[in-house]
Amino acid sequence: MTEYSPSEFMITASARALAGEKIVFVGVGLPGVACNLARRTVAPEIEMVYESGIFGARPARSPLSIGDPTLVSGATLSCPQNDLFMNYLQAGRIQVAFIGAAQIDRFGNLNSTVIGDYHNPKVRLPGSGGACEIAIHAQKIFLIMRLKKRAFVEKLDFLTSPGHLSGKPGEREAMGIPGSGPQLLVSDMGTFHFDKTTGEMTLADIRPGVTVEQIQAEISWPLKIAPNLKNVDSPTDEELRIIREELDPKGIYSK
Amino acid sequence: MELLNMKDAIEKYVHDGATIAIEGFTAFICFSAAHEIIRQKRRDLTLCRMTPDLIYDQMVAAGCACKLIFSYLGNPGVGPLYCIRRAIEKGIPNQLEIEEYSHFGTICRYMAGAARLPFFPLHSYIGDELPSVNPKIKFIKSPYDGKSIAVVPPLNPDVAIIHAQRADMMGNIQMWGLLGSQKEVAFASRHLVVVVEEIVDEEVVRSDPNRTVIPNLAVDALVHQPFGTHPSYVQGYYDRDNDFYLKWSKLSRDEEKTRQWLDKWVYGVKDWNEYLAKLEAEQPDIWQRLSAGEAYSKPVNYGEYK
Repeated sequence: MTEYSPSEFMITASARALAGEKIVFVGVGLPGVACNLARRTVAPEIEMVYESGIFGARPARSPLSIGDPTLVSGATLSCPQNDLFMNYLQAGRIQVAFIGAAQIDRFGNLNSTVIGDYHNPKVRLPGSGGACEIAIHAQKIFLIMRLKKRAFVEKLDFLTSPGHLSGKPGEREAMGIPGSGPQLLVSDMGTFHFDKTTGEMTLADIRPGVTVEQIQAEISWPLKIAPNLKNVDSPTDEELRIIREELDPKGIYSK
Repeated sequence: MELLNMKDAIEKYVHDGATIAIEGFTAFICFSAAHEIIRQKRRDLTLCRMTPDLIYDQMVAAGCACKLIFSYLGNPGVGPLYCIRRAIEKGIPNQLEIEEYSHFGTICRYMAGAARLPFFPLHSYIGDELPSVNPKIKFIKSPYDGKSIAVVPPLNPDVAIIHAQRADMMGNIQMWGLLGSQKEVAFASRHLVVVVEEIVDEEVVRSDPNRTVIPNLAVDALVHQPFGTHPSYVQGYYDRDNDFYLKWSKLSRDEEKTRQWLDKWVYGVKDWNEYLAKLEAEQPDIWQRLSAGEAYSKPVNYGEYK
């Protein structure tokens, strides 16, 4: 078996989760590589949508931002951003969207706005961008985040993008949020699902060679573990070949 | 509509205390206009942009701004905007007021502004804390289904500046690539300055009316400035200078290095053509490195209906 990096683990785990999906909202970096891998393996019909106004991207190189010109050339469609946000995202046409954040709580609520007080910040982060709307409207949310105690917190400093809120069943729907919220979190040490009744992040699969104790050490709350916890299959040689030779030959995202 | 050089266009339309929007989502970001504003030492500007990007990082570092209206504060694909962070976190070089939205919220403000509507509704900000720190984001009850819906007010900048591939001499603007929110901000603004890579014959524009995004009725000044967006890019003309975005990420962490950069590349040149000459002297192969290559669209038949 070939050695692989934590990023390559995250890319392959995310790509496999896209099996059967068609319309995916992508960010730059790992999600982009994961979608391209999925298109070459488990989800050949996948169409990548970017908030920069692109539907059906066919990037000829690894894009360095969501506004990279390689996303325009060869795409199915390039439209103004109001079109993208209104008629694609708000209309509920996006099946899966990837987002990330600086902080996450146990219910998958996300902070990408500020560390410390909003009006007197310790660290001013980028803010929502499209994340708030994506978290509300995409049918499913997939998260890709490295496990770190200061990121997996008991209480967010600011709520930018709603996850399962307080975890009460039906809370999102009652508030008028159409999307089903976070369904999967892929980390460098294992993957998590969100419990259907409690909305809580639950360790489902573990990366070979990693222990539950190592994972708990990076999460601030007592971790829920699925009763049928199992090892994720390591990336296959073919998956690694596609990542290394075709999708990210310079190793910008996968090293 | 008049054809102006950049210096005269900025002098005429960008005044101290004005609310301005230089739009373009990663693409078409008109750094040549921003540098002229910095050189002319404009102050107390309210800067509007979905993604402030390096362009507003530089303007904030130069002390041009007192307020920022935005929705994503990052160096795209790279990291933070250190100059804006210094202003927000430490008041360097001056206090910077912020008014924050999500991307869709900013776009809806432009759309309300363009259509002269009192507000624009969007299905957003539910379970989100932004409305608690930005009182301009409000919720109203829909008169049709009785449900709550977020609304944002119109944004009508005093002047918008956008960049495009080409225009004819009358100022009819054609663009392709990432269209962002340029059309909306163009129609929302009281005055519009458009900077183009190329000026083409009227018949070029008329041969492809679907590619005309803004007609001259909305344009106040047209500026011809090739390579006017470096280090941003223009689809089909040149690539984004990603190396510069990485370089800025390093140097802008340091206040002194940022000042030195502004001295050398903005205050130290007379205009954008001098900036380009300096750039080419330091990197003789720059336009080879940033070559767009060729991928032409297939022509379409509009028909000749005589």
